[in-house]
Amino acid sequence: MDFNDTPEEATFRAEARAWLDANAELRRPDDRPADVLSERTSPEIIAASQAWQKKKADGGWACLTWPTEYGGRAATSIQNVIWGQEEARYRTPPNIFGIGTGMCGPTILTHGNDDQKAKWIPKLLSGEEIWCQLFSEPSAGSDLAGLRSTAVRDGDDWVVNGQKIWTTGAQFCDWGILVVRSDANVAKHSGLTYFVVDMHSPGVEIRPITQINRGQGFNEVFFTDVRIPDAHRISEVGNGWAVAITTLMNERASIGGGGGGSVNDLIRLAKSVEIDGRPAIEDSAVRQQIARFYTRIKGVKMTGNRTLSALSQGKTPGPEASLGKLVGAKVAQEMASFAIELQGAAGALDRDAAAQGGDWQGRYLAIPGLRIAGGTDEILRNIISERVLGLPPESRADKGIAFKDIPTGPPS
Amino acid sequence: MNFDFSDDQKLLQKTARDYLAEHSPLTVCREVLETDQPYAVELWKGAAEMGWQGAVIPEEFGGAGFGHLELAMIAEEVGRALAPIPFSSSVYFATEAILKAGSDAQKKKYLPALASGEAIGTFALAEKPGQSDVENVEARVSGGKLCGTKVPVPDGDVATFAVVAAQGDGGLSLYLVDLDTEGVSRESITSFDPSRSMARVEFSDASAELLGKPGEGAALVSHVLDRAAVLMAFEQLGAAQACFDDTIAFTQGRYAFGRPVASFQAIKHRLADMWCELELARSNAYYGAWALSNEEDELTVAACIARIQASEAFDDLAVEMVQMHGGVGYTWEYDCHLFYRRAKLLAAVLGTPAVWKHKLIDRIADAGED
Ligand SMILES: Cc1cc2nc3c(=O)[nH]c(=O)nc-3n(C[C@H](O)[C@H](O)[C@H](O)COP(=O)(O)OP(=O)(O)OC[C@H]3O[C@@H](n4cnc5c(N)ncnc54)[C@H](O)[C@@H]3O)c2cc1C
Repeated sequence: MDFNDTPEEATFRAEARAWLDANAELRRPDDRPADVLSERTSPEIIAASQAWQKKKADGGWACLTWPTEYGGRAATSIQNVIWGQEEARYRTPPNIFGIGTGMCGPTILTHGNDDQKAKWIPKLLSGEEIWCQLFSEPSAGSDLAGLRSTAVRDGDDWVVNGQKIWTTGAQFCDWGILVVRSDANVAKHSGLTYFVVDMHSPGVEIRPITQINRGQGFNEVFFTDVRIPDAHRISEVGNGWAVAITTLMNERASIGGGGGGSVNDLIRLAKSVEIDGRPAIEDSAVRQQIARFYTRIKGVKMTGNRTLSALSQGKTPGPEASLGKLVGAKVAQEMASFAIELQGAAGALDRDAAAQGGDWQGRYLAIPGLRIAGGTDEILRNIISERVLGLPPESRADKGIAFKDIPTGPPS
Repeated sequence: MNFDFSDDQKLLQKTARDYLAEHSPLTVCREVLETDQPYAVELWKGAAEMGWQGAVIPEEFGGAGFGHLELAMIAEEVGRALAPIPFSSSVYFATEAILKAGSDAQKKKYLPALASGEAIGTFALAEKPGQSDVENVEARVSGGKLCGTKVPVPDGDVATFAVVAAQGDGGLSLYLVDLDTEGVSRESITSFDPSRSMARVEFSDASAELLGKPGEGAALVSHVLDRAAVLMAFEQLGAAQACFDDTIAFTQGRYAFGRPVASFQAIKHRLADMWCELELARSNAYYGAWALSNEEDELTVAACIARIQASEAFDDLAVEMVQMHGGVGYTWEYDCHLFYRRAKLLAAVLGTPAVWKHKLIDRIADAGED
């Protein structure tokens, strides 16, 4: 048992580090944390993020696991993780390509035809084109297969109508992966088809939605008679659900539970504020809480190390990976809440007026999104109980019924 | 990255599991619980024949000369079986203390007997209710004679000797005290989990031999507790896993409202959360085992998080086990209470999670580690 790289892994790490040393600056201890607080929508940040992606692509360090013919390096999963660990040590712009490289790319590589791969993958990889995920709708989130946007065949095209929502990054994206209903007369999972849509097409209207923290990371996207060439359909008509599952599996693998601030910052805070005239870090209740957070965060990290060991042995991690987000996001929220209360009345302040620049207040407002996006806590618990523990599936009211006959609200 | 046990270690674990499945089904635990026997004598002998008590004792002292990773695997199985034997007292505490601080003569005297199971050691620290701490030790040694009372002493009724924390000329120190000698009187006292025994031990001028240097007691206690905490975390982990597996099987087999109880979301989601707690406990225990077997500086931090998560997870799972069994969970006849009792006992004997949380903050508050 050890945490060491194998000799091949060590060689690879050294190679990655050498390239990073030559192309980026190391992070400094007093740098602002690169977590849920980073802003990702201003033109400057988008440009910086694209420039960094381009640089990596030119150097052969973008989308490492992808085939070499599309710009990847056919690396192993563990090499990809090692790259991620190394890149995190450097000052790099916030990453706006997570959805494209983590979800859209892998889906097209799995289900797309050669023309589609050649058309989209290289520019996705190089950051020249930015991608978003058009899955959720006002009436379909956790129950994604309940979506109602439609696609109707018309000659060589499809005509799409409907509304998507919560689409992260839609306002600056070039392409989107889209799941729509092509047949409402069959059971709900059978009537879906998967497309790639040009976000600049006529009839696509994008309206940013303001989050609880005033950020505008996500959007409503309206489709009015939007024409999509049949050549942009991924896989068979009616096979959209299977393709969407590939996307969702990749989404879960790419969203971690991290980003919620460090115990170190919390300890610094507890040393700087007082309880009963003594530094809060000496208070028993405070110590108990911080120790609990630390124990859980380390637990998530060590669980990650067990997963990495499995990767290193060539195994594929399964639904067990849901643990990181489920436990990690909750601890992050509790920690931010605790840190705000530690500040006493001054916890009621925000941003520059608050301790540590308002980072804890900022996290407290950002973290609820982590517990909802990419599978809510409840959906993750369903996945763990059914797919890891083998418990019986939910009983469902929509089974074996044509989509158009499924109840959508209380009987009138 | 190879944060996992080796195939050989897993094989050893499987052997231990098979042995215990045959020789220590829960009926063995129950028999000790329901009768006056302090422990399962035959099982103890069998374990010694398997080489478990001597797992980390070097071969020159009659042990198997394995490392702590192997012992961790055995501890997990001892926990899974709720084996009613003084394994933790003798192996995680007494043996570790002597390996760490014993002179050559002391090692020669005690280790072979510990390895063969002939000797049973224990660790005597607590003297009264409240968090036992080196700060409140009143037992005292002068002129080689120990006076004072230790209560509770796990397995103190059956142990042949104890490692005792007492005040000496140089301050708090550790002493080896044979329990069958003059000046020692002991009695079994009622245990919350009668499958594991507890005793009150009174010393009046009992012969005591210094273990380690005078005044080194506080550091040694801390050291022994760190090592025992990691091994105990594996014992707790094994027991928690058994408790969880049983609960999953029961809720799948039990029907209500025409469907398995395990199909209700209120139950499924709690089982999912319990699984997370168990996985975190496993991961932290592995970290502890790594630190222990490599004598890492991080051992204290690793021991703290292993101990905290293992105690809380086992406690949590045992509480839910009773609840998810319904009425039968509350009966003497069903095994739920064996786990429910064992979880509390194991969380108490080695310092509660609250104690380890304090120790953890002492360590990390100035380290700037993340
Ligand atoms: C920050 C953020 C970014 C996002 N980005 C994108 C994006 O880029 N693209 C995209 O397509 N979507 C995106 N989403 C949408 C996200 O996937 C959905 O919000 C999520 O799946 C939940 O769906 P919903 O909002 O419709 O809530 P609902 O599904 O209506 O859920 C409401 C509540 O009911 C619970 N619930 C639902 N079903 C069950 C069940 N079976 N058992 C128990 N409880 C249940 C949920 O857990 C939740 O608590 C984003 C969301 C957020 C918050």
